[in-house]
Amino acid sequence: MQTRKKTLAGAGILLAVGLAVSSCASDAAPGATPDKLVLVTHDSFNLSEGTLAKFTDETGIEVEVQASGDAGQLVNSLVLTKDSPLGDVVFGIDNTFASRAVNEGVLADYASKDLTDAEEQYLLPAGSGREQLTPIDNGDVCVNVDHEWFAEAGIAEPVTLDDLLKPEYKDLFVTPAANSSSPGLAFLLATIAAKGEDGWQDYWSKLVDNGVKIDAGWSDAYYVDFSGPSSDGDRPLVVSYASSPPAEVTEGATEAPTGALLDTCFRQTEYAGVIAGTENQAAAEKLVDFLFSTTVQNDIPENMYVFPVNAEATLPETWAKFAAIADDPFVVAPDEIDANRETWLSEWAAIATP
Amino acid sequence: MTHPSRVKPAPGTILAIVLGAGVPLAFVGLFFAWPVAAMVGRGLFVDGALDLAGFGDVLTRPRTLRLIGLTIGQAALASVVCVVLGLPIAHVLYRLKFRGQRMLRALVVLPFVLPTVVVGVAFRTLLREGGLLGGLHLDGTFAAIMLALVFFNVAVVVRTVGTTWEGLDQRQEEAARVLGAGPVRVWLTVTLPRLAPAITSAASIVFLFCSTAFGVVLVLGGTKFGTIETEIYLLTTQFLDLRGASVLSVTQLVVVVLVLLVAARARGRRTAQKRVASGRSGRAPRLGDLPSIVVTLAVAAFLALPIVALLLRSLRTADGWGLGNYLALGTTGSRNALVVPVWVALGNSLVIAVQATAIALVIGLAASMVISRRPRSSGLRRSLAGFDAVLMLPLGVSAVTVGFGFLITLNTPPFDLRSSPVLVPIAQALVALPLVVRTILPVLTGIDGRMRESAAVLGSPPWRVLRDVDLAIVGRPVLAASGFAFAVALGEFGATSFLSRPDRPTLPVVIFRLIGLPGGDNFGMAIAASVVLAAVTVAVIALVERLRVGTMGAF
Repeated sequence: MQTRKKTLAGAGILLAVGLAVSSCASDAAPGATPDKLVLVTHDSFNLSEGTLAKFTDETGIEVEVQASGDAGQLVNSLVLTKDSPLGDVVFGIDNTFASRAVNEGVLADYASKDLTDAEEQYLLPAGSGREQLTPIDNGDVCVNVDHEWFAEAGIAEPVTLDDLLKPEYKDLFVTPAANSSSPGLAFLLATIAAKGEDGWQDYWSKLVDNGVKIDAGWSDAYYVDFSGPSSDGDRPLVVSYASSPPAEVTEGATEAPTGALLDTCFRQTEYAGVIAGTENQAAAEKLVDFLFSTTVQNDIPENMYVFPVNAEATLPETWAKFAAIADDPFVVAPDEIDANRETWLSEWAAIATP
Repeated sequence: MTHPSRVKPAPGTILAIVLGAGVPLAFVGLFFAWPVAAMVGRGLFVDGALDLAGFGDVLTRPRTLRLIGLTIGQAALASVVCVVLGLPIAHVLYRLKFRGQRMLRALVVLPFVLPTVVVGVAFRTLLREGGLLGGLHLDGTFAAIMLALVFFNVAVVVRTVGTTWEGLDQRQEEAARVLGAGPVRVWLTVTLPRLAPAITSAASIVFLFCSTAFGVVLVLGGTKFGTIETEIYLLTTQFLDLRGASVLSVTQLVVVVLVLLVAARARGRRTAQKRVASGRSGRAPRLGDLPSIVVTLAVAAFLALPIVALLLRSLRTADGWGLGNYLALGTTGSRNALVVPVWVALGNSLVIAVQATAIALVIGLAASMVISRRPRSSGLRRSLAGFDAVLMLPLGVSAVTVGFGFLITLNTPPFDLRSSPVLVPIAQALVALPLVVRTILPVLTGIDGRMRESAAVLGSPPWRVLRDVDLAIVGRPVLAASGFAFAVALGEFGATSFLSRPDRPTLPVVIFRLIGLPGGDNFGMAIAASVVLAAVTVAVIALVERLRVGTMGAF
């Protein structure tokens, strides 16, 4: 008998583990004003401490942030969980994935009521996301240049995409791969916009002939092969963001050691929207408005290294001084990106990583 | 005249076996098999009907075949290299006795917890043209991938084999020596057969780790060398091509199961062996140990190189050498890069890793006890082998598949866990579980069944047999396994990044964020945080190794 008791005690412990695991289900509280909203976002989401608390102060609603991988994983998570939504509001869908999110019907109709004509340039086309997505931030992916390297070498810096094919820039350029990195994809899209759907392949063949180095990820390209001040590499040209140069400015310096080539940029815009199937539509709309408000918008640059879209937002000092914005970035329509992503990436892989 | 077969199992034993097998099966079933099956099902069922045409489409593509070949090739080669290099090190670290041995044992595990993206950057900094080892022209080659895979996995062989080796009764070797056998013959005919189960265990784990390696392959292969894993990632996260991803997931599963079958067959011949209390078995190094000492030193130097490079880089700041990067870890970064200071993330990591280790230990120990039994019925024996294989599967399946699987299955009560913090330690425990089983099992199967039987015959109730025989012998390996499980949990990134809450990030997640931001200060912090992660892991493992198990003296 004693034997049996001991065994059962062991069983109890094991079962307890199982129960501990299953007893944490959260209960949803349906009703007009919820206590809590779930904001689903990607893993780069970051705001200063206390910023989201201001939303709670205003509305009495708490915001729980739920990260779901990178931008691609985020949209795919939403698509896969359409029948039982992950949360109420999504932030972080960019223009390269916007079409998929809209076409799969994972978003409810709502664009912030506070949008003005000043933000018109960031809005998606009518019928392709304009009704569902509110722009929140944007950042240009551009070729970054190491000013110090070129000054020392006595070579003029390149300016355009075509310059990158010139012999004097042979073996000087590194980019993250389009099929494993989001800035890598953005740069590919810039070349597609610049050279056309039938011309970019030839451009990339020439880039390869001119010794472009393709790395797997941004960190790898920027911190291993780029010759900038934070790394030991030997290539003075790298695909990064227009907001990267301010990050390289040391305190008290008057000039940035690196810069962005503004004629090589593709603009990534990130959007927020209400997730279809939420039980808290009205509250979710308030949260979208809040993300677009200057409270959040002013906080965005220093935390996420991108520009706010709200025309009323103010930029931090180093940004105003060192961060440049392309006047006329390359554009590819979101639905075109969605329709051709697979073809373009396979063609690109065949040319760039044989 | 008491024949062992007459000893009838008490009802308690049957209950224990049902629980010992049932709880691990329920755990792996709920948190692994169900999510993966659901995810694969999404790809294979089109409008409610099974559509297998995808297999024909995907598997006949030359690209797919090349990826499958590369996956198997690199994983197999890495396993062989790890075994060849790991055995001499296991000998030195677990058979010999010298000062600083425990520290070395802990240090070997260090690569295991370093985030792949950081190691990738460290390796590439050494290997690129103009780097310290640039003259070798390895950047972007298959050899570079191999170096990194060995860097990460050699510890698996050292620790899995070492733990078994440590407990082997040395007198058999001594007897063979006395009878005139040379050292090579003693090794081949006496030692190797007894280590074989541990070696195949270790090799199969290394194979699984390498076949699902993701970051390493991409970063060091310069995107030229894809694997099934990288392809699943591309298809799932970029193209949302669930059909293609499902076909590849099934392919991945088939490869893994085949490997596990081969490994199980190789392990099949279980040899009963006498075990001694470990800690008493080491001896001082002799001249004959020179070759293995040389290999150990060479591998140690290889392991140390990227780590020293990281250490040096962590001490470099914008204004020269100094501790600036470490001091910055107490803040959220000069430009507010982080949600929480790094030490808070480290605290999160430690708490979660302890939970994961506890889960993996309880479940792994229960499962090992059951698997180590040798029932007379061949059907039962086969189901035990199957059970064993099921526990290993989580290592061989893509983290992306499991991660998305969580999202689409664990969404209804009582398992509405998608946003629950408990998923993080559970996901980590899934990865640590096979290591626990593979460390404990070779020792448990090595217990002479007659020992249990004699105990039973002499009147010990089953729970006492379990306590005084099994648990007493397994005590030390359990400690080794817990150290290892802890390290794995601490370093886990793939599943954690998918599940962790942004306001409660783990250290690898924070490091990943830092190294994804521009600016020398962010990069410096990322490297310093990696050094801290590694140092803490080594310290914890060294502490665990120091613990003594009281019951050991019984044998």
